Amino acid sequence: MKRFVYINDDESSQELYCDNRISNRKYTVLNFLPKNLWEQFSRFMNQYFLLIACLQLWSLITPVNPASTWGPLIFIFAVSASKEAWDDYNRYLSDKKANEKHIWVVRQGIRKHIQAQDIHVGNIVWLRENDEVPCDLVLIGTSDTQGLCYVETAALDGETDLKTRVIPSACMGMDFELLHKIKGVIECPNPDKDIRRFDANLRLFPPFIDNDLCPLTIKNTLLQSCYLRNTEWACGVAVYTGNETKLGMSRGIPEPKLTAMDAMIDKLTGAIFVFQIVVVMVLGIAGNVWKDTEARKQWYVLYPIEGPWYELLVIPLRFELLCSIMIPISIKVSLDLVKSLYAKFIDWDSEMIDQDTGIPSHATNTAISEDLGQVEYILTDKTGTLTENRMIFRRCCISGIFYGNESGDALKDVKLLNAVAGSSPDVVRFLTVMAICNTVIPIKSKTGAILYKAQSQDEDALVNAAARLHMVYVNKNANILEIRFNGSVIQYEVLETLEFTSDRKRMSVVVKDCQNGKIVLLSKGADEAILPYAYAGQQTRALVEAVEQYAQLGLRTLCLAWRELKEDEYQEWSLMFKEASSTLVDREWRIAEVCQRLEHDFEVLGVTAIEDRLQDGVPETIETLRKAGINFWMLTGDKQNTAIQIALSCNFISPEPKGQLLLIDGKTEGEVCRSLERVLLTMRITSSEPKDVAFVVDGWALEIALKHYRKAFTELAILSRTAICCRVTPSQKAQLVELLKSCDYRTLAIGDGGNDVRMIQQADIGVGISGREGLQAARAADYSIGKFRFLKRLILVHGRYSYNRTAFLSQYSFYKSLVICFIQIFFSFISGVSGTSLFNSVSLMAYNVFYTSVPVLVSVLDKDLSEGTVMQHPQILVYCQAGRLLNPSTFAGWFGRSLFHAIVVFVITIHAYAFEKSEMEELSMVALSGCIWLQAFVVALETNS
Amino acid sequence: MTDTDRVRHRDTKTAFYLFTQQKLPACKPVLTPAWVITIFLFTGFIFIPLGLVTLRASRSVIEIVERYDTECVPEPFRIDKVSYIQDDSIPKNCSLFLKVHKYMKAPIYIYYQLDNYYQNHRRYVKSRSDQQLLNGQKYQATSSCQPVEFNNARPIVPCGLIAWSLFNDTFTFIRERAELKVNRKNIAWKSDRDHKFGKNVYPSNFQNGTLIGGGKLNPRIPLSDQEDLIVWMRTSALPSFRKLYGRIEEDLDADDVVLVQLMNNYNTYSFGGKKKLVLSTSSWLGGKNDFFGLACVFVGSSSLILAIVFMLLHLKFQRPYGDKTCLPWNRKSLSG
Repeated sequence: MKRFVYINDDESSQELYCDNRISNRKYTVLNFLPKNLWEQFSRFMNQYFLLIACLQLWSLITPVNPASTWGPLIFIFAVSASKEAWDDYNRYLSDKKANEKHIWVVRQGIRKHIQAQDIHVGNIVWLRENDEVPCDLVLIGTSDTQGLCYVETAALDGETDLKTRVIPSACMGMDFELLHKIKGVIECPNPDKDIRRFDANLRLFPPFIDNDLCPLTIKNTLLQSCYLRNTEWACGVAVYTGNETKLGMSRGIPEPKLTAMDAMIDKLTGAIFVFQIVVVMVLGIAGNVWKDTEARKQWYVLYPIEGPWYELLVIPLRFELLCSIMIPISIKVSLDLVKSLYAKFIDWDSEMIDQDTGIPSHATNTAISEDLGQVEYILTDKTGTLTENRMIFRRCCISGIFYGNESGDALKDVKLLNAVAGSSPDVVRFLTVMAICNTVIPIKSKTGAILYKAQSQDEDALVNAAARLHMVYVNKNANILEIRFNGSVIQYEVLETLEFTSDRKRMSVVVKDCQNGKIVLLSKGADEAILPYAYAGQQTRALVEAVEQYAQLGLRTLCLAWRELKEDEYQEWSLMFKEASSTLVDREWRIAEVCQRLEHDFEVLGVTAIEDRLQDGVPETIETLRKAGINFWMLTGDKQNTAIQIALSCNFISPEPKGQLLLIDGKTEGEVCRSLERVLLTMRITSSEPKDVAFVVDGWALEIALKHYRKAFTELAILSRTAICCRVTPSQKAQLVELLKSCDYRTLAIGDGGNDVRMIQQADIGVGISGREGLQAARAADYSIGKFRFLKRLILVHGRYSYNRTAFLSQYSFYKSLVICFIQIFFSFISGVSGTSLFNSVSLMAYNVFYTSVPVLVSVLDKDLSEGTVMQHPQILVYCQAGRLLNPSTFAGWFGRSLFHAIVVFVITIHAYAFEKSEMEELSMVALSGCIWLQAFVVALETNS
Repeated sequence: MTDTDRVRHRDTKTAFYLFTQQKLPACKPVLTPAWVITIFLFTGFIFIPLGLVTLRASRSVIEIVERYDTECVPEPFRIDKVSYIQDDSIPKNCSLFLKVHKYMKAPIYIYYQLDNYYQNHRRYVKSRSDQQLLNGQKYQATSSCQPVEFNNARPIVPCGLIAWSLFNDTFTFIRERAELKVNRKNIAWKSDRDHKFGKNVYPSNFQNGTLIGGGKLNPRIPLSDQEDLIVWMRTSALPSFRKLYGRIEEDLDADDVVLVQLMNNYNTYSFGGKKKLVLSTSSWLGGKNDFFGLACVFVGSSSLILAIVFMLLHLKFQRPYGDKTCLPWNRKSLSG
């Protein structure tokens, strides 16, 4: 389970672990053909076509030239194989580029320039500023005297802010020369794909420092594909290389999503296949009977008296081949082609370009556009999806005094400004927490202005607001923070940072005031993570009120708290913290436990309220889409009140008289059960009334409900058109998606942050908003859009058109094959049921490929209704949702149509040439051109514009 | 910014940009009642006259059809016609009298018609070698000709079931003791004669083997001049078909009686096929075929009837164009 990396040991680890050759390739030159063919033939349709093509090689039974099947088959295979090959070749090229990059590595104590692919585990790799990290490294030295360096991890998690990385304490202070000779061992877990965890230990060998274990975390690593920034140089020990890096492990080909339409087409294909078998059996038996009763008398056919043993099979197999065109070989190619065009239309759409950033929408998954038109449930994240995720500090409550309530902006509140000017101690402490209880990095630009690099938007808002209130966070130099307040500079030394986790819902820093040496714990976090830990006796009622009041306004609240620590208390705790930080197993849990021991008896200073504005057009979009019959669920990690306020303001739910909110809550199983049943009852009663009923559930109750009352909750989910789930974790989001999917609903999940990735991947359609929380969601998604309001266009315009077009195209493909096939079947009745093909190979092939497949491609531009009409009457989407354009009954219609058309063409053909000159080839040409004209007519008739 | 704006502005005019935005100009005909009725009326008015003209042309063709397969077997042999036709020692000549009802203008086409004869049978239709017909003995790959492929280990020219079963009844026509002039040339397609059947291919070993099928060919005439064979080799798609035998290049008057002397060689008795002799004039539309005219009249009149029905329906249930209350979701809310 563990790997031991010996630093700078040229021999031992070379064999044990792979080298740093990155390979994203699916194939090699040798295995390309067999592997690719195997993959292609694992699909039923392709197996069917291969069987038909192989049967056609038997000249006794083939009615047409084998080329008529082999040609298109090989063409289709060649197209998809060359697409794969091209993709793979490009992957190979980019791998090669990465593998052959030159990197400075220490070998035998000397720095050498080698290719990136020759890096081995244990090598020391040197990087310069703006270099890309070639493999996962444990940082051991930087140009910075404090052992800091900055990395950009955009390629890894999409976050564009700079992150600090620090060298482990054991390596602190080593100089350039020493770093070449360093020896030691790193004990680290086997490669995994978790880019937020690295629980390892470092032990340096003598003569470098004593045998002390030094804990390593993700903060001590440089991961592959990150960029070194703002740091002259850095060096590190390679711990994971090649495809075993965190990035390499997290790469993987996601499972292809199958649209409802594909499933339906497969089903219909199966039905046609059954029909074909029936036809073949009937005709085969008829053929054999006719042969025995009639054909034997016909001397000119010269049937042998005794046939071979397989004689009975010959005629059925012949008919099988004759009918094989019932399942059109061209359908796959046509569909793939039009689907990639739909995706291109989404990419091209100039109305879906985000005007602020200029980022166009993008369809990553080109195969599922039709599903957009069939969405029934939209599960949406709140922050950053419905809202802008541009946080602005609006109000605060310090020691029971509300600021910013009148003007709506605390920064302009004269009372607060006066308090700041008067250095009121409560206010100063409040501002100090705002300014330094965070992981923000201030960067001085050339003009002297200070820019903050923050990982979270809330922290950014708080630091900026503090700066506006004259508490300016000026500089961070290693562990020393500098803030300037009213002209005076105050320095703090950061002793520990207790990082934010979504379980603890708070973060803290332990700092030492450099002037008076006092050690202070500063905390900020969600109200329920701070207020219960206030010291006994503090009146928190005013604060609770403040939190509620702010939440009513849809503001995000954070509680700020503070506690002075005694020197020995800190020292004692610090040891425990160190120990917890160096555990390899369950580190996160252990750290949380240790943090808990410090984070209590807070003096709660106050509450901040941050506004997160709704994005443009969100209410309209939701209203339109709800009119279109789509149900909305909001899944958010935020608290109930905020979520309900946002939901109200964006038309998610209607206010009281019209709408009704039903709460499911409770801490225990019993309570949840009772409240669930109550809600369900109300829901059943009101479902007939034209009333907007929504239920609200929080994470805790949801977990109980999903675990113990899944059935009841599922019923509720089906009854309710709207739901708000607050305080939910990423995995619960994914569970909800799965729940709806299991009820056979088409789900669309939309989100913008890393916590939405699982939900996005789980849903039938994942939409990512390329927003401020990085690109993680957008990358995992099938579609990425710039703004929530584009969803309307994505679904109503692109989804709907795609659905309509594919519905037509797929059924038409079957129709045109069936027409030809029916004519062949009818002809067999007048040709002694012997399996003669009326059409020759060339005309069949031309008909399938050229005459019918090409003209119908115009339908990719077909619009049944104009975009404006659809937007005005979104109810029309119900036709797509319910699948009214492609289902067994519409298909039966097309089937009947093909039968009717075949009869007409056949009857006209044989009668137009009655008796004289009814010559095979002429007849076949007449029938063929009849079919072609008819096809063209049908396409023209079915095309709407 | 202004640059990109300008680029975008210019782009809006190109067809490709319009294509990417799915905004190519399109017309969108709406099938309003007026349009539908007009189209049906128009169809009706086009098709009915067309059908009548065609029907008239077809009716102007005069046809004499005479079945002779039974009559040409002498009375004593009628119980077992198959052994009669297979017995070479019995002479097969036979006479028919055809009475002309109406004046027939030259050229009068002579067809023989076979019924219940499956020239489109799979075994039959494939059993030929087009390459050999063109190139003769030089072309060796004649496997498609099975089962009539070799004779004494040499490929038969022409090989295959079709050629082997060549029709071999012959006809001579006599009117008032004088033989009618029958042109037996140019009865096959010119392209077949010139490009499909070789000028230097002689049927040297045709019908020499143990299995004798239909007619024989004169080994001294090249295939390109064996027009009966060429006609026969154009296989029929239907199980009853006519093939051209020749042309009478004299007019026949009403009440003329034509004596046909024929050699009844071809065996259709084993499978109960009929043989008929057909004399037919032609119109500008070809031979006699009422189907096309009738079909046109049918289509035209049904269009007219539909147009009238639609018109009545439209007058009875009129509603304004684009009435939003008729949308399904609006209707639903009204009713429930």
